Amino acid sequence: MAVTSPPLDLKGHDQENYLNWAYGVKSWLLTTDHKRIAILYLISVTFFFFLGSLAAFVLRIDLMTPQADLMTSDNYNRSFTIHGVIMVFLFLIPAIPGVFGNFLLPIMIGAKDLAFPKINLGSWYVYIISGMFIIAVVLWGGVDTGWTFYTPYSTTYANSAVVLTVVGVFLVGFSSIMTALNFIVTIHKMRAPGLTWFRLPLFIWAMYATSIIIMLGTPVLSATLILVGLERILGMGIFNPALGGDPVLFQHLFWFYSHPAVYIMVLPAMGVASELITCFSRKRVFGYKFIAMSSMAIALIGFLVWGHHMFVSGQSVYAGIVFSLLTFAVAIPSAIKVFNWTATLYKGTIHLQTPMFYVLGFIGLFTIGGLTGLFLGALATDVHVHDTYFVVAHFHYVMVGATVMAYLGALHFWWPKMTGRMYPEALGILSAVIIFIGFNLTFMPQFIMGYVGMPRRYHVYPDEFQALHVASTLGSTVLGIGYILPLCYLIWSLRFGKEAGPNPWGAVGLEWTTSSPPIHTNFEVTPVVTTEAYDYENLEEEV
Amino acid sequence: MQDFPIFPDQASTVAWQVDAIYFTLVALSVFFSIAIAAAITFFAIRYRKGNNVDRSNPMEENTVLELSWSIIPFILAMGVFGWSAVVFITIRTPPVDAVEVYVIGKQWMWHAQHPSGKSEINELHVPVDTPVKLIMTSQDVIHDFFIPAFRVKQDVVPGRYSMLWFEATKPGEYHLFCAEYCGTEHSVMVGTVTVLEQAEYENWIGGDAADEPLAVAGERLFTENGCISCHNGEPGAIGPPIANETIFGETREFEDGTSLTVDEAYIRDSILNPQAHIVAGYAPVMPSFDGQLSEQSLLQLIEYIKTQ
Repeated sequence: MAVTSPPLDLKGHDQENYLNWAYGVKSWLLTTDHKRIAILYLISVTFFFFLGSLAAFVLRIDLMTPQADLMTSDNYNRSFTIHGVIMVFLFLIPAIPGVFGNFLLPIMIGAKDLAFPKINLGSWYVYIISGMFIIAVVLWGGVDTGWTFYTPYSTTYANSAVVLTVVGVFLVGFSSIMTALNFIVTIHKMRAPGLTWFRLPLFIWAMYATSIIIMLGTPVLSATLILVGLERILGMGIFNPALGGDPVLFQHLFWFYSHPAVYIMVLPAMGVASELITCFSRKRVFGYKFIAMSSMAIALIGFLVWGHHMFVSGQSVYAGIVFSLLTFAVAIPSAIKVFNWTATLYKGTIHLQTPMFYVLGFIGLFTIGGLTGLFLGALATDVHVHDTYFVVAHFHYVMVGATVMAYLGALHFWWPKMTGRMYPEALGILSAVIIFIGFNLTFMPQFIMGYVGMPRRYHVYPDEFQALHVASTLGSTVLGIGYILPLCYLIWSLRFGKEAGPNPWGAVGLEWTTSSPPIHTNFEVTPVVTTEAYDYENLEEEV
Repeated sequence: MQDFPIFPDQASTVAWQVDAIYFTLVALSVFFSIAIAAAITFFAIRYRKGNNVDRSNPMEENTVLELSWSIIPFILAMGVFGWSAVVFITIRTPPVDAVEVYVIGKQWMWHAQHPSGKSEINELHVPVDTPVKLIMTSQDVIHDFFIPAFRVKQDVVPGRYSMLWFEATKPGEYHLFCAEYCGTEHSVMVGTVTVLEQAEYENWIGGDAADEPLAVAGERLFTENGCISCHNGEPGAIGPPIANETIFGETREFEDGTSLTVDEAYIRDSILNPQAHIVAGYAPVMPSFDGQLSEQSLLQLIEYIKTQ
């Protein structure tokens, strides 16, 4: 977007920026700079991503054979539980808001920081404390309830560190709420002059929609987890029928948060996609208002579909039909986005650079993830594939395939902005291609074995599924290489990468009008916005 | 390793109906995936940087296009939704003449109890071409009864009865899985469903004269636990009549003016939590039997009451 601000002073890399503004551990751990907090989040979510991936890889190795050979069933169950808990609560939910939301949201709207910088730092500390709880769980011997904590297993029968886990997950919710609150207030109150709602970058709209879901949904999860704790510690009868409770009530409460949580994970990814596609097409996004409003539609309708996780739980037939109908309705805004992104490419000027590879991979995996969601939203087919590997494959396509692909796309796109350095382009493209192929090799076989009837969370399984499991494990090895590669060359680039300059991609957007890395206060003078977002037509081609 | 299954057996009356929806969705998914992939590839090549093509008049908004790719998928989605809902209603509505079998799930085994008295562990024998209705409950955590070849699945929840029905169409042996994670040995809570020809089934079910029919066991419990002394149907009896009285499927009127149809859940509730519904004209004096009767005993009492 065009801005009226003084011409950029393109000083060398040694100019003052948020990284060299202050030195020492204390200057990082007590920082209130949203950019530094984003870096703290980046380091922590990366750590938890690889920890969670390790747990998954152990599972995949064990599943190479139908028997139990690598570990006991208890350990298998603990591995998939910790994989789910870490990935959902400590990676997928905080990843894009915590890293890119924190870093970019103030810059994209021309502000100096978020509205409540100390609360922002607080959110990271709460996140880390809850991460400590989860690590304590692992050291304590693990937890075996699955990330879904279904009752009465979790409250009465499980013989593992349930309370410790529940406290950890309970806490991390507050971290999300603090971030969301900050984002909502900042977007409402701190936009630069001239930056009207419909001039906002779509990433901001996505963050806004995500924040609303977090604010409305997370308290329900927190309350539910307290109830689980009360029943487990004090024996209060809430969910266990032996104590007069109702186990299905738990599922209603849990999915009331946890279905919208899927949108907490994927809406930010959609926001990233809109930014990257426009930049690498050098074109205004197709149907800006449709994309922005579809985010809001997803946020609202997403709260009305939780019962589609419960078609076979004993929920009434009528409830099932209503939830199925609403589920099909929420599929439409997602479809609209995919069509709009594709249409944006039309008559664009396509630059096939690393972030573009990631985002095209995102569209591919999200499309497959979304379409296979229809099999689960449709009542009759859901009865068959519920709790099978079909479901496992579906949500990995959406939550891992799409969201992680977009997360990595964002990382490659804004890495030069965050660090001031470029990474090797060829390796970047290679990693995107490896991840796309590895991901499909891992999860495509799981759709097939799911429809054949392979139940999820099975340590041992009938022999006929072995070939498909082996295929999936081999694919996961490729995927693992694809994930480790960027870790290596991005760290390498910190020291050896060539200097990026303020705008290496030729992108519009306020974040590209400031230096890379940005100065402590983001802008020397508050920018004034005079045009729509993605105003590429008036931009001279410079890369 | 030689097996590489891509499709499950079709062995029940609903299997092909579910599969028809599945294949329709596969076709739609493949169509849209390929269409989007093709469009992206085409645009990425044609409009690549440096390729000198006509880029005049790029579209930024086109309400007709937006509406058409909102409304057409919406119509397709509603079609699949409706079709699927109709099949779902079939899956969830057991025929009235179905053969009944009681199933109890517990960590980590399936216990099937036929009304004839025959019982099985991790196995279920059923006749071909006959509707079979399972009345299921759990003794501990939530389990899930899943027969992939029949395309049926239902959670088995402690404290309530859930129903699942199917009509097998092909004799043979099929996988039975627990599909709801239930603890350490979840993955070995599996079994075999054996579909027998009618004659074989008759042979199998009546094969052992030593089996005590469920209703007989239930009648014994009815006497032993003293139910008979109040529920004997004699004038002036303390409780509403049950012995020698057809009450299953009838409507019960209660003191508070509400009413319920007598089904498995109602009978269970009346035994374990008798104060919840007081039949009109009777005093709330029955003690609870909660904790005194096993899930199996409850099923025996239910079967006894059903067969009165």
